[in-house]
Amino acid sequence: MTSGKGILPAALLIAAFLIIWEAAARGVNMMFILPPPTGILSKLWQLKEPLFFEHLPATLSIIVIGLAISVILGVGIAVWMSISPSVEKAIYPIIISSQMIPIIALAPIFVLWFGYSIWSKVVVTVLITFFPITVNTFDGLKSGSKELKELLLTMGAGKKEIFFKLLIPSALPHFYSGLKVAVTLSVIGAAIGEWLGAQAGLGYFSRRMMTQFDGAAVFAPIVLLSAIGIVLFILVKCIENRSLKWRKIE
Amino acid sequence: MSKCGLEMNKRVLEFQEVTFSYKEKKQGHSVPVLDSLNIHIYDREFITIVGASGSGKSTLFRLITGLEEPAKGQIFINGQVHESRLGQTGYMPQHDLLMPWRTISENAALPLEVKGGHKEEARKKILPLLKEFGLEGMENRFPHELSGGMRQRVSFLRTVLSGSNVLLLDEPFSALDAITRLSMQEWLMTQWEKRKTTIVFITHDVNEALFLSDRIFIFSEKPVCSLQEVKVPLPRPRKLTDLNRPAILELKEDLLEKLRGKVKT
Ligand SMILES: Nc1ncnc2c1ncn2[C@@H]1O[C@H](COP(=O)(O)OP(=O)(O)OP(=O)(O)O)[C@@H](O)[C@H]1O
Ligand SMILES: [Mg+2]
Repeated sequence: MTSGKGILPAALLIAAFLIIWEAAARGVNMMFILPPPTGILSKLWQLKEPLFFEHLPATLSIIVIGLAISVILGVGIAVWMSISPSVEKAIYPIIISSQMIPIIALAPIFVLWFGYSIWSKVVVTVLITFFPITVNTFDGLKSGSKELKELLLTMGAGKKEIFFKLLIPSALPHFYSGLKVAVTLSVIGAAIGEWLGAQAGLGYFSRRMMTQFDGAAVFAPIVLLSAIGIVLFILVKCIENRSLKWRKIE
Repeated sequence: MSKCGLEMNKRVLEFQEVTFSYKEKKQGHSVPVLDSLNIHIYDREFITIVGASGSGKSTLFRLITGLEEPAKGQIFINGQVHESRLGQTGYMPQHDLLMPWRTISENAALPLEVKGGHKEEARKKILPLLKEFGLEGMENRFPHELSGGMRQRVSFLRTVLSGSNVLLLDEPFSALDAITRLSMQEWLMTQWEKRKTTIVFITHDVNEALFLSDRIFIFSEKPVCSLQEVKVPLPRPRKLTDLNRPAILELKEDLLEKLRGKVKT
C-alpha cells in the first residue's frame, strides 16, 4: 500500500518534473504563457484572500453537494436495479447511454434552465459522477457469492437478511472503487460547470485570468483544484480502510 | 455397545420414495439424480455417504436442506413434512464459506442473527463455545488469519449454532492436510458424542468413513434408487488403531471394491 517507501518514486518523478519546468520557464521567460512553479506559488500567496475565502468555498460546495446527490442517487438506483430485474432491464441501458452524451456540450442548457445559480454546476457534477457510483455499486450487489446465499437460505434467511448480511457487505468494496473515481471526476465536473457561467469558483477564476493573460493566476486555482481532488481521494481511502478493516491485513 | 438397538430409536430423517432430477434449462432435457429413494436415519446416528464424483451426494443435501424440492416423494425431518425445510437443519458446506468481512465470532453468530437473535446476546452465547472449539482469543480475528483446520472448526461451530439436531457436513475435511485431518476427525467424534446430534457426513475417504460412522451409505447407480449400506462393527469410543482390525480391513477392501466397480461404469 501507500507506505512511505511506496510514494518515494512518484515524489522523485514529480520533483524532477517541477525542476525541469522551472528551468524551462525561466529559459523561455514568458510569464503569461509558461509561468514557473515558483511563480505560481507566489501568485497563490498573493491571491490567497479571494482564492481561499471566495472561490474555494464556492467550488467546494458544488463538489460536496454534487457528490452527495450522486451517492444517494447512484446507490438508490443500484439497489433498485438489483432488487428488480425488470427495472434493471429498463434502466441499465439508459444509464450506459447517458454516458455517451457529451455532457460538456449539454452544459449550456443547464445554464439556461438553472441560470448562474449553483445548481447548473451541481447538475454537471452529478451527471459526471453518478455513473461510476451506480455501475460499481450495482456490480458489487451482484457479486455476492451464490454459495453464501444458499448457506443463508439453509439457515432460514429471508430476502431482507440476504440483502443486509450478504449483498451490502459484498457491494461495499465496489462502492468505494466507484466513489474514488467519482471524487476525482467531481473536480472536473465542477470546473467545467464554472467555465460555462458562474460568478465565483476556482474554474471561473482561472478562466477570467486567462482573458487577462496572467499565466500564473490561471495556474494558481488549478493547483487548488488538484489539491481538492487529492484530499478528497485520500479521505475516501481512509474511510474505505476503516470500514473494510478485514481487507487491510491481507 | 449394540448399535442395532438404534433401530428402535426415533427417525430424525426419512426419505419416502423421493425422486429428483435437475432440469437443464438450455437443452430442455433433465438429469435424473434420485429415483424413488428410501432412507431412514435415526436419532444420534453418525452416517457417512460415499460415492463417485457426480453421483448425487451433494444433491441429497440440497434436498434435505430445502434448497431443492423433490419431484415425487416426501422428506420427513424429525417426523414431520415441513412446508419449507429451509432453516430446519444445520448445513456445513464443502468449503468453509466464512464471510471474509466478519470476525470469527460474528461468523459463528450468523445463524443466531438470522433467527432474529440480538447481536450482543449472540456474542455472549458464543464466547464459551469458542473456547471449547479451540478458538479462544480468535474471536476478533478475520477468517483469512486462521489456519484451514481452525476455519473448519468455526464453520462447524456455525453449523452447530443453527440449533438443529440434524447436521449435514459436505466433505468438511477434504481441503485439509493428512495430519490436521486426523485430529479433526477425532475432534469431531468427541463433539458428536457430546452434543447428542445426528450427523450425515459426505466423504471420499473410506478410512474416514470407517472411523467415524455407524452406517455407511454407498451411492452407486445413477440415478440412485437404492442405497447399499454397510454397518461398521466397531464399539465406541474408537481409536484410529481400531482401523487395523482384520474385520475392518476386510470391510474396507469390500467398500473399495464396491466403489471401484462403480467408477468404471
Ligand atoms: N444445478 C445443477 N443443474 C444441473 N445439474 C446438476 C446441478 N448440480 C449438479 N448437477 C448434476 O447432478 C449430478 C449430481 O451432482 P452432485 O453435486 O450431487 O454430485 P456429488 O456426488 O456431490 O459429486 P462430488 O463428489 O463431485 O461433490 C451430477 O451429474 C451433476 O452434473
Ligand atoms: Mg458434492
